[in-house]
Amino acid sequence: MKIAITSTQNIPESTFDLRFGRASYFCIYNTENNSVEFIDNENINANSGAGIKAAEKVIELGVSRVISGDFGPKAKDLLDKFKIQMVMLDDDSQTISSIIKQLNK
Amino acid sequence: MPVKIAIASGKGGTGKTTVTVNLYHFMSKILNSKVQIADCDVEEPNASIFFEELESAKSKQVTQLIPFINTDTCTFCRKCVDYCEFNAIIVIPPAQFAEVSPSLCHSCGACLYACPEKAIIEQPNEIGQINTFNHGVDESFLIEGRLKIGSSMQTMVIKDLVKDDWINKEVILYDAPPGTSCSVVATITQANYIILVTEPTPFGLHDLKLMIDLVRKLNKPFGVIINKADEYSDTYTYLKEEGIEILAEIPFNIDYVKSYAQGSILKNIPSDIESVYTGITQKLKNKLIHHA
Ligand code: SF4
Ligand code: SF4
Repeated sequence: MKIAITSTQNIPESTFDLRFGRASYFCIYNTENNSVEFIDNENINANSGAGIKAAEKVIELGVSRVISGDFGPKAKDLLDKFKIQMVMLDDDSQTISSIIKQLNK
Repeated sequence: MPVKIAIASGKGGTGKTTVTVNLYHFMSKILNSKVQIADCDVEEPNASIFFEELESAKSKQVTQLIPFINTDTCTFCRKCVDYCEFNAIIVIPPAQFAEVSPSLCHSCGACLYACPEKAIIEQPNEIGQINTFNHGVDESFLIEGRLKIGSSMQTMVIKDLVKDDWINKEVILYDAPPGTSCSVVATITQANYIILVTEPTPFGLHDLKLMIDLVRKLNKPFGVIINKADEYSDTYTYLKEEGIEILAEIPFNIDYVKSYAQGSILKNIPSDIESVYTGITQKLKNKLIHHA
């Protein structure tokens, strides 16, 4: 299964990004082979629709779960439509690798 | 041509709608003109609550043409997505999914042009309503725009509302939405004269300055009404330095505020309030006579 985690940088030591649509990067963690990949958020500076575009992106990447700080209504609707689980965390001092560690517990 | 006056303020809660409703009352009475209110605060139109025995007259849907994607002919090439500046189109090729988000679409038509498969067609989508009200024999003395919940097309509803086809009076009072956004611009660009309503507080002055910048950019004649007038002097100093006309100072009258809360401001108007509005009406008459 693939999990998307919003990230402020593109390395595993980066801190978690609370923003979904305006996250800097999406970390795609693949639970099957334990791999991580960082994807640029092209729509970080979009005037409108950043959230829905982020949802489009993660759906296209085939993730089943998204971990972020909060999801706007349009992004939520689209993620719901594709039955993607949304997990909200509010601690932005955590790193991506520590979040992945917790996932594997 | 009717005379068009917009009543605006940099933020909500300054008493803009009360001023509009009172002006309607006194201008109708003193000028013997037919006056109409256009409530352009489409997210929260509330002028109607100040009138008793209102009768709904007409109601019209405001629609926006929204593209729909036919997924039978769509090849999920994403060309339309590249053309859409507003990020309103979602195409997910592996899921064979293509959809337009109506709340983001600005009906620019670019995607129709972009699609090589002619898979996109436009269909009307409701974004709001325009309602008119009668007051006894005073037909459609009040018109209001009401944005559909969830829609973000304020400006489109306002543009429809301020079209001349709705006007059937000699004086139109536009109750503008609060703030300095596009929807305010859409309202006040139509006006011959703009009244800015402010409260004499530091925050009020800050918002007033933003509004003054805006109306100056639009090159509109304007004046200021100070509501709940009191001692805060910076507002007065600023207006004096800038050479801006103060049309009136409305005293703070607690009983009157209570009647506002009960929606009955046009009954038992205190005499000090009455003389203030009589004064404003005279000033406006002198200013606007050449527009009529
Ligand atoms: S009409 Fe314009 S804004 Fe609407 S979906 Fe098409 S390209 Fe985007
Ligand atoms: S441009 Fe036309 S064919 Fe291509 S994805 Fe958009 S709707 Fe489908």
